[in-house]
Amino acid sequence: MTDTASLIDDGKDVAFHVVEDAHGVDGHGHASDGGTMLGFWIYLMSDCLIFAVLFATHAVLGRNYAAGPSPADLFDLRIILVSTFMLLLSSITYGFAMLEMDKGRLKPTIAWLAVTFFFGAAFLGLEFYEFSHLFHEGATPQRSAFLSSFFTLVGTHGLHVTIGLIWMVVLAVQAWQRGLIVENKRRLLCLSMFWHFLDVVWIGVFSFVYLIGVLS
Amino acid sequence: MDFTTLIFGRLTLDAFPLHEPILVATFLVVALAGGALVAALTYYRLWGYLWTEWFTSIDHKKIGVMYIVLAIIMLLRGFADAIMMRLQQAMASGGGEGYLNAHHYDQIFTAHGVIMIFFVAMPLVTGLINLVVPLQIGARDVAFPFLNNFSFWMTAAGAVLVMISLFVGEFAQTGWLAYPPLSGADYSPGVGVDYYIWALQVAGVGTLLSGINLVVTIVKMRCPGMTLMKMPVFVWTALCTNILIIAIFPVLTATLALLSLDRYVGTNFFTNDLGGSPMMYVNLIWIWGHPEVYVLILPAFGVFSEVVATFSGKRLFGYTSMVYATLVITILSYLVWLHHFFTMGAGASVNSFFGITTMIISIPTGAKLFNWLFTMYRGRIRFEVPMLWTVGFMITFVIGGMTGVLLAVPPADFVLHNSLFLVAHFHNVIIGGVVFGMFAGIVYWFPKAFGFRLDPFWGKVSFWGWLIGFYLAFMPLYALGLMGVTRRLSQFEDTSLHWYFVVAGIGSLFILGGILAFVMQIYVSVRDREKLRDTTGDPWNGRTLEWSTSSPPPAYNFAFTPMVHELDAWWDMKQRGYKRPLTGFKPIHMPKNTGTGIILAGLSVALAFALIWHIWWLAAASFASACAVAIWHTFDYNRDFYIPADEVTRSENERTRLLAGGA
Repeated sequence: MTDTASLIDDGKDVAFHVVEDAHGVDGHGHASDGGTMLGFWIYLMSDCLIFAVLFATHAVLGRNYAAGPSPADLFDLRIILVSTFMLLLSSITYGFAMLEMDKGRLKPTIAWLAVTFFFGAAFLGLEFYEFSHLFHEGATPQRSAFLSSFFTLVGTHGLHVTIGLIWMVVLAVQAWQRGLIVENKRRLLCLSMFWHFLDVVWIGVFSFVYLIGVLS
Repeated sequence: MDFTTLIFGRLTLDAFPLHEPILVATFLVVALAGGALVAALTYYRLWGYLWTEWFTSIDHKKIGVMYIVLAIIMLLRGFADAIMMRLQQAMASGGGEGYLNAHHYDQIFTAHGVIMIFFVAMPLVTGLINLVVPLQIGARDVAFPFLNNFSFWMTAAGAVLVMISLFVGEFAQTGWLAYPPLSGADYSPGVGVDYYIWALQVAGVGTLLSGINLVVTIVKMRCPGMTLMKMPVFVWTALCTNILIIAIFPVLTATLALLSLDRYVGTNFFTNDLGGSPMMYVNLIWIWGHPEVYVLILPAFGVFSEVVATFSGKRLFGYTSMVYATLVITILSYLVWLHHFFTMGAGASVNSFFGITTMIISIPTGAKLFNWLFTMYRGRIRFEVPMLWTVGFMITFVIGGMTGVLLAVPPADFVLHNSLFLVAHFHNVIIGGVVFGMFAGIVYWFPKAFGFRLDPFWGKVSFWGWLIGFYLAFMPLYALGLMGVTRRLSQFEDTSLHWYFVVAGIGSLFILGGILAFVMQIYVSVRDREKLRDTTGDPWNGRTLEWSTSSPPPAYNFAFTPMVHELDAWWDMKQRGYKRPLTGFKPIHMPKNTGTGIILAGLSVALAFALIWHIWWLAAASFASACAVAIWHTFDYNRDFYIPADEVTRSENERTRLLAGGA
């Protein structure tokens, strides 16, 4: 037997290890970008389950007004429509940022991120205005199970948007410092998924909490 | 608001239980032992070693070991709770009042359940998976090594919070799932439930992130040739368990968040007035809680599958059916949660549905048992310690499974609900299944992790202590439950129950013997480590890839990434006369250690403590610091390094020398 250590002659040559490590581009057996993307997707799905619990709670408790105000008394759909468009527009502008990133153009990428930030902040500002208005009318989270679940669901979404905005600033700084390197592109892609995910959740909130709430 | 309240929130000197002699004595023992440990570590200058080699390590093997060490420490605490309950019930059923007041007793049974599930069983499972799965799939680490370290420290932070509650304030007196309205602000105004909530929330972050990490690891990082149907069964069960973790822990997080809103903000999710619904909580918590028990048992099934095949010297019988049974259990585990509260009054149709789905789960589980039996059939069985645990499991778990099917019949459940029969049932499956499985796994993989085997004599003593102790402790509880004794009682009217509780108490002493024998086993094995040394890397004549590398494996696990052709890849390699490569090593790219995980976990403890005691300035400060540290960490782009080829060659040559010497 004079063959190499990895090749055994038992009718056909069988290799028992990889000579040139075939694992990922960085060559140390780590899942490369694909791993992060998959991991982040799974994280988003788990986050989605948190929203699922909040939606389910709202579905169960959302009619328990406890002789307090109902959605029809409280919601001003015009403001909600405007804020919805703020968030939808921010998703589009984030998409433009990603297109610029693919072309490797740093400044336009950051500029579109700034526009996205503006729309996101506008959304949050409107939500803040709506909440303070409701508080002013005495419709606080403590008033009824309906208001508890309403504020928690919408507020949790708002909290996510806030985190997204902070993240956006951090990534803009990092992109500015180091340019559109592989790590930064991966991070921007994660935030992109996060941002669009929040959009999808908001569509659920708008339809089920506001529209159906006012109709019923 | 006066100055002290501003600084200390509701933390006052009364929070320290100086009037409870048991707690004071416990505190003194813990303080002395802890002080001695700290002094010893300082004297031998081990802090630096612990920090650089363990605490900041991103090596999956070391993180796995740390999880298991945490679990064993918490097992001692959880078991101390158990034996105190057994003693109280044995004393109180004889006509006296016992030695524990109701306030203390209620904390003990709550802490026992919380600790055993979240800080013993979960870290054992996650620890074994961390230690073994990357080796079994031929990978060099997990997908996100830093996250792995962070996850461990968050789990440890949760455990620290539970331990703090022993000496500062109190723990919940609500039972391990803290049902409202009892756990609401009206009926539990103290800090106990807040300790419960924040310990679980902090640990839950770690559990969820490690779940994501391990799923990505298994999906993305298997070595070439290892298709899904060539994965070892332990990897399959690890995959299903971690999928379950991802699918349920967010539900726990959200549910506990709603409970904390009720307590802190005054919302009305689970209150009795203003439209709240306590049963909403019970549904949500069991949507998490039932799959959780499968999170624990599936990896144990995986361990038994590995052990049975190895010690029978045969390939596992019915591999494919084993995989499908695991998947079916994974899916069905979502469809049974309501059987925990048939008495809620959901109606006959709903109860029938959940009763039937519950009974159906026993079919794939039964299939697994037959597979293990057929693997042993005509095998050359070696009754090493892991195999003893496995056989003990097969008998014990069948009994637990059958009482489970009995409880799944709604009319029977109406009689047995919240009785000691239920307590006996779930201890039957958790001790007989999860605990036995984890001990089998620890004994089986210990030589891989440390390079020497565990002493078999003390292992056998430990096994028999647990086995006999389990039957003595829990068979009387089945009988008591059938007679109608409910759970969580600290006082009894009927002294005819006395001798049942005495027998159960004696059983818990046998289990104590089993635990002490396990500690002894580790001591004796470390002492005799040269005699028990494993130079081959394959002490049991194993079948899967972890046995193809040295014991303990080098930091990089495999000098060359393996290539797999068969199920039981290492067995296949041995059959075909595989020879280790001795030259041509290349530099290996590995991640760097980092202290960020332990720092973030420490800040989380501070944040949780501040929230529990309403120390708002500390909460704000620690939250802001945690955010700052996390963001600062992302500015570090220089996270990996190369192990030079020379160093790889040196450690591989060392293995060659050991193999030649040992042969």
